Amino acid sequence: MTLEELNKIKKEKEELVLVRKLVAEQGEKLATKTGYRKQVLVCGGTGCTSSGSKKVIDALDKALKENGIDKEILVVRTGCFGLCALGPIMIVYPEGAFYSQATPEGVERIVKEHLKEGNIVKELLYEKTVHEDGSIISLSETNFYKKQLRVALRNCGVIDPEQIEEYIAMDGYQALAKVLGTMTPDDVIRTLEESGLRGRGGGGFPTGKKWSFAKASQGEEKYVCCNADEGDPGAFMDRSILEGDPQCIIEAMTIAGYTIGAHKGFVYIRAEYPIAVQRLQIAIDQARAYGFLGENILDSGFDFDIEIRLGAGAFVCGEETALMTSIEGNRGEPRPRPPFPAVKGLFGKPTVLNNVETYANIPQIILRGSDWFASMGTATSKGTKVFAIGGKITNVGLVEIPMGTTLREIVEEIGGGIPNGKKFKAAQTGGPSGGCIPALHIDTPIDYDNLIALGSMMGSGGMIILDEDTCMVDIAKFYLEFTVDESCGKCTSCRVGTRRLLQFLEKITSGKGEVEDLEKIEELAQHMTTSSLCALGQTAPNPVLSTMNYFKDEYIAHIQDKTCPAGVCKALMRYEIIPAACKGCTLCSRNCPVGAINGTVKKPHVIDQDKCIKCGLCLKNCKFNAIYTK
Amino acid sequence: MTESSLNTFKGTITQERQLQQVIEKHKDMPGALLPVLQEAQGIYGYLPIEVQRMVADGLSISLSEVYGVATFYSQFSLTPKGEHRISVCLGTACYVKGADKILQALEDKLGIKSGECTPDGLFSIDSCRCVGACGLAPVMMIDDDVYGKMTVDQIDSILDKYINKKGGNKK
Repeated sequence: MTLEELNKIKKEKEELVLVRKLVAEQGEKLATKTGYRKQVLVCGGTGCTSSGSKKVIDALDKALKENGIDKEILVVRTGCFGLCALGPIMIVYPEGAFYSQATPEGVERIVKEHLKEGNIVKELLYEKTVHEDGSIISLSETNFYKKQLRVALRNCGVIDPEQIEEYIAMDGYQALAKVLGTMTPDDVIRTLEESGLRGRGGGGFPTGKKWSFAKASQGEEKYVCCNADEGDPGAFMDRSILEGDPQCIIEAMTIAGYTIGAHKGFVYIRAEYPIAVQRLQIAIDQARAYGFLGENILDSGFDFDIEIRLGAGAFVCGEETALMTSIEGNRGEPRPRPPFPAVKGLFGKPTVLNNVETYANIPQIILRGSDWFASMGTATSKGTKVFAIGGKITNVGLVEIPMGTTLREIVEEIGGGIPNGKKFKAAQTGGPSGGCIPALHIDTPIDYDNLIALGSMMGSGGMIILDEDTCMVDIAKFYLEFTVDESCGKCTSCRVGTRRLLQFLEKITSGKGEVEDLEKIEELAQHMTTSSLCALGQTAPNPVLSTMNYFKDEYIAHIQDKTCPAGVCKALMRYEIIPAACKGCTLCSRNCPVGAINGTVKKPHVIDQDKCIKCGLCLKNCKFNAIYTK
Repeated sequence: MTESSLNTFKGTITQERQLQQVIEKHKDMPGALLPVLQEAQGIYGYLPIEVQRMVADGLSISLSEVYGVATFYSQFSLTPKGEHRISVCLGTACYVKGADKILQALEDKLGIKSGECTPDGLFSIDSCRCVGACGLAPVMMIDDDVYGKMTVDQIDSILDKYINKKGGNKK
């Protein structure tokens, strides 16, 4: 592969992909030139596949054949569009008609009425994309997409991730060509440093600096690693990038290899992501076939290749030293730093290790320049950040926003607010290492430093929205259960500390907490932070400390008043009988497994709270709605 | 090693041959143990001590090292799993939407705890941390099928599908 050949493919395929970017007249003109009257994009990401997009694609292919139009309509299976809650998602270009929650039956109608006869099936469109007068609102104008800025996700939901030529059409491998043809390794490092790019995996370390350390390390053998062990529950940014645009990771890793002087790369990816693994493997095979991996890449004399290693379900392997220990075939336990991976990493050799999203930004920074990247974001956090928004929010999905966007914009505009008219209580970021941002701070611009100042952290980008029905002590307990499970056991402070912390929280949520426990929690947390080897142990107390800081009243309510204000903690619930409503039918007392309900026939019954085990049978059985919880 | 004494090892010669091929393929690769164990579990469905011993011999490492790795990662199981593996996501997004109630209902229905297998060997239940389908929370997986936006009421009809196709006809 030479630069000329690369540009030739780009030119050939450019218009085909551009149709998906232009709508209305321009797109129509272009579409006729490409040989396909219309293109149907169907999301093949994990979210939409789980909601049945495969059946939709099968129905689509069948219906196109039956209507005899399968030669003029192109069906493209893409990566994630972002709006996972509305899946399976289907977009028809050049109109830009956005069909949500597609079904095989709906597809038959769409093929016949829209694709064949040219009439958009309006009642199947996503309601937010239709004006009252029936005209279509372009997707980029909807609340969900309007405030987003897609850099890392720019190709997700646009190209077919299993077709390298579509990636090439979107400027793919131009950055690699530029680096290999015109830049020295120091030029690359300078560009990254000036861009202000920081690691997107959680730590936020400047990427250019990391690469310069690895380059400066002496050694014939060096490695480039990609951390795709996205273990933070509720986060699926990296998965979506690998499913939607795997080539950009390969391109960026190759650039990293050239910069630090490495010839071998490893992608460490969770085995729980079968679609991402499969797409990445296809992408690697295609990149090899086209000469972007292997020997003498783009005629530059530079050799580089990439291998996939599957994780085996250990959260701690997301930590960089543990990840490398795991690739080496051992128990994934972290090791002390220094020496840092840039000096002594994988197999004891200098190694650069970045997260998927970090890599996804790099080809664009090389092509469009550091000034372009640095023009987005805040003073210390440049560029954009991808967040996986989940929990109690209407538009669950994947969004990419410029750094500095406020939490309010994310929740109320992009996220579409809290469902069922409930109130926003807090946003949890940073997963088991992070903390909560309460409603009080909803107007904080989101960047690395602001989140740390609030006692949370950026983390890898999982954002769980909590509403008034969420008990904050219970959430803290949930994260502790997670870290107890996932602590690798190497450091006592983490192995024993997480367990002790959990015991405190179990004590509090079961109504046996004492006020002194709060002080003890703080003291224990401090020990864990100072004496654990890796971030898992150091940050494990964060969910507790952060909720204690902002929601102390809830902790106090559990401890002193023995109530759970959100009504979540089972042990603190009380079942009561409303005397006026009780007919004395004795059904509850006969069914109570512990004989906690007393009373005589046709007289109101009473629950003995000391005996009650809160099984809820009485509430379920009562025919007169006479039993309630408080 | 009590796990193996409870379940007698029923490996076939074909399985053993497959395993030897896997070992041969990875033998000289640095960090081979994890990929070999992953494929071994694919062949046998779990990693009994007999299989671990074959891996240790094949890769010329100690059994304790193999056992150490096999017990470290949650993907590996030393006991057999059910014919249909139920996995309830307990990631944050699923948890706040009530995944714990789904797990509880499944445990009650099948009469086993998470991590166990039904006596007839048809189902086993596990919890997992996030399959990345948070848009569909709460999520449950049976084998490779994902069931999203789960409610307790749906459990019976979903399980019935697997009970009825007992003895094969897997998707």
